[in-house]
Amino acid sequence: MTALTQSQFFQQLKKYYTFYTGGFLTFVIVLAILEQMGLPPKWIGYIFLAATIMLYAGIGIMSKTADVAEYYVAGRRVPAIFNGMATGADWMSAASFIGMAGTLYLSGFDGLAFIMGWTGGYVLVALFLAPYLRKFGQFTIPDFLGARYNGNLPRIIGVAAAIIVSFTYVVAQIYGVGIITARLTGIEFQYGVFVGLAGILVCSFLGGMRAVTWTQVAQYIILIIAYMIPVVWLSVTQTGNPVPQIAYGQVLQQVSLKEKELNDPTTTLGAAEASARAAFKAQQESFEAKIAALDAAVADGSVDAFLAAERTEAGDPADFPASIDALKASWKKSADGAKAKTGPVAAHAVPFSGKGAEAKLLKDNPNATEAEIAAAKAEDKAESDKKRRNFIALVLCLMVGTASLPHILMRYYTTPSVREARKSVFWSLFFIFLLYFTAPALAVLVKFEVYSNLVGSSFASLPAWVANWAAVDPTLMKIADINKDGLVQLAEMTIGGDLIVLATPEIAGLPYVISGLVAAGGLAAALSTADGLLLTIANALSHDVYYKMIDPKASTVRRLAISKGLLLLVALFAAYTASLKPGDILFLVGAAFSLAASAFFPALVLGVFWKRANYLGAVVGMLSGLAVCMYYMYTTYPFFGGTPDHQWFSIAPIAAGVFGMPIGFLGVIIGSLISKAPSAEIQQLVDHVRYPNLESDLKTQAA
Amino acid sequence: MQLSEKHHEYWRKNLRLTAVLLAIWFVVTFVVIYFAPQLNAISIMGFPFAFYMGAQGALIVYVAIIWYYARAMNKMDREYGVHEGDE
Repeated sequence: MTALTQSQFFQQLKKYYTFYTGGFLTFVIVLAILEQMGLPPKWIGYIFLAATIMLYAGIGIMSKTADVAEYYVAGRRVPAIFNGMATGADWMSAASFIGMAGTLYLSGFDGLAFIMGWTGGYVLVALFLAPYLRKFGQFTIPDFLGARYNGNLPRIIGVAAAIIVSFTYVVAQIYGVGIITARLTGIEFQYGVFVGLAGILVCSFLGGMRAVTWTQVAQYIILIIAYMIPVVWLSVTQTGNPVPQIAYGQVLQQVSLKEKELNDPTTTLGAAEASARAAFKAQQESFEAKIAALDAAVADGSVDAFLAAERTEAGDPADFPASIDALKASWKKSADGAKAKTGPVAAHAVPFSGKGAEAKLLKDNPNATEAEIAAAKAEDKAESDKKRRNFIALVLCLMVGTASLPHILMRYYTTPSVREARKSVFWSLFFIFLLYFTAPALAVLVKFEVYSNLVGSSFASLPAWVANWAAVDPTLMKIADINKDGLVQLAEMTIGGDLIVLATPEIAGLPYVISGLVAAGGLAAALSTADGLLLTIANALSHDVYYKMIDPKASTVRRLAISKGLLLLVALFAAYTASLKPGDILFLVGAAFSLAASAFFPALVLGVFWKRANYLGAVVGMLSGLAVCMYYMYTTYPFFGGTPDHQWFSIAPIAAGVFGMPIGFLGVIIGSLISKAPSAEIQQLVDHVRYPNLESDLKTQAA
Repeated sequence: MQLSEKHHEYWRKNLRLTAVLLAIWFVVTFVVIYFAPQLNAISIMGFPFAFYMGAQGALIVYVAIIWYYARAMNKMDREYGVHEGDE
């Protein structure tokens, strides 16, 4: 293949992937036919899992390489459009594929922070980083920091930050792989993790970046097909319009009307909702009364008798909480769970809704005084302002974090030229956009289905998909007739976010083969992201630490052997961590963005745009940014023993980067100004990366 | 090497273009979010405006910004003779 010119190579790739897409669609159609002929769903799951992993393994084996440039940057000849697809797959994780539409379903407008944040970041990649990093043209992000700031310390801080960021992220991906594998085949989660791990390793182990790139293109094609088919079909069945992104404007209006109806107790549906909420309110109060009684019993020393009585009343179950604290915690959880159901339906399209204090006041006390109304209004406004502040902070962190994630930036080293790198960012965002502008449509379409067909229907004749999912996984779908009227009220069901994407094929009345396809798409999304991340970690260790700092004379064979060995170790360690099921995966993913934004963005951007930035500036900036971000998470996030009372401006810990990043910028600026300007050579290096081609070009590009 | 005046002009133009595009990015993101409750009163294709921007409009603008930047810079590289060889 080396003899091909770039355009022949491009034509060949186009042919391969067209053929591949056709082949994949044929495969799905054949399975659909087999299903009609009676192939059981379980087998369809196995076949999807085996076929896709074998496919990725095949590409991985075909792309195996012993060449350093091929291994680290896919030979730097990935055409813009293919690099765009690979970046899209690299970027979109299980959280985007399965979780995003669910988040939007549950939080409405306020969930759009993820949509905007995870796309708008590419503007920063395009304007500030991709073309310049490509011109610099080495292998890793710490490479750039080491060369630009002329020292091993900036490089090693870069390595450490890259590992912290990528590792938290990769654990979440492997966790996702385990869940999907378990769902697709019915094997245990712990084994699912390791089956998925095998799938990840076959791609990246043999061929490094080259294998990962071509597998990611294949994975992108699968994941986008898997995402689109059910949504388009749902849109056709609901609205008759095959373009869900346009059709859901009308649907959203109907959803908004329905929300008003459900919140209005003078309508039939509204009255039923009100009765369900009242039932939850009673439940909440009864649990709170029990907690109070427990506290009283502890105070007057009769706690043992009290516990025994409670145990008998509960029917002496084996899982009755053993200690007083555990019992109290379990009641508190039940009370909070019931309390969450007592509020009105949140409006989907309305941003930053307040507490509803004013509405509540007017309802409870129609003769409230002006002063009371004003106080309630102020309370609502404070809540709304807080939500807006957090939305803005989160969007900013996700955007800047996107532009600082090493596994994404690294992809722009693989294009043949600066010109292609610029185009490639466009293709990346375009391919990501296809999924991201569909997710809000999916959320609204499913919501409409739930509001119009499920709410008010009879418990005796629930739609099949509701009954199925409630039986399979109560964390995704829980439904119970709380007010005993035999009809479904919105407050009576609890929907887990992941349900939205997973259940769409059934809601739309599609055959099981499409459910298998969706799971395969989720698997592709998680595997592709995990591949990119593992490679980033292994490369940072083998290239930046071993080759650049420990043994610069190491032979090519030795460098690649070390890299592959490390990849295996990191992968196993990540899989082990994931199999322990660490809590709060979503927080970890969000934290990775804040950390990346604080550690990398200031030093990278100022490295290109400010010649005066120097060694001390980079060290101070990266360390202070990272430190502030970690400190904020540590003091405000309950998992680390922090409390929300320590929050600054009520900003949630997930958006800690909004403090870390400005400190990082300040650190680079102050550190640079108090020490002397960088040498003439470094200044030349900056000119070198600023211009795609100079007569006196330095030779920074590693072969 | 000493950069010529032409090189400096290229860089200044690049900075100006970057600043303009960044300003557009800022407006469609942060200004729209800030005024979202008020902007939602406007309706576009059946959507409340701020919701539409967050779910679709801003994304389209982002894609357009990047597309325009790539096109403009690739053209400017040629004008200023700093483009790469054909490969």
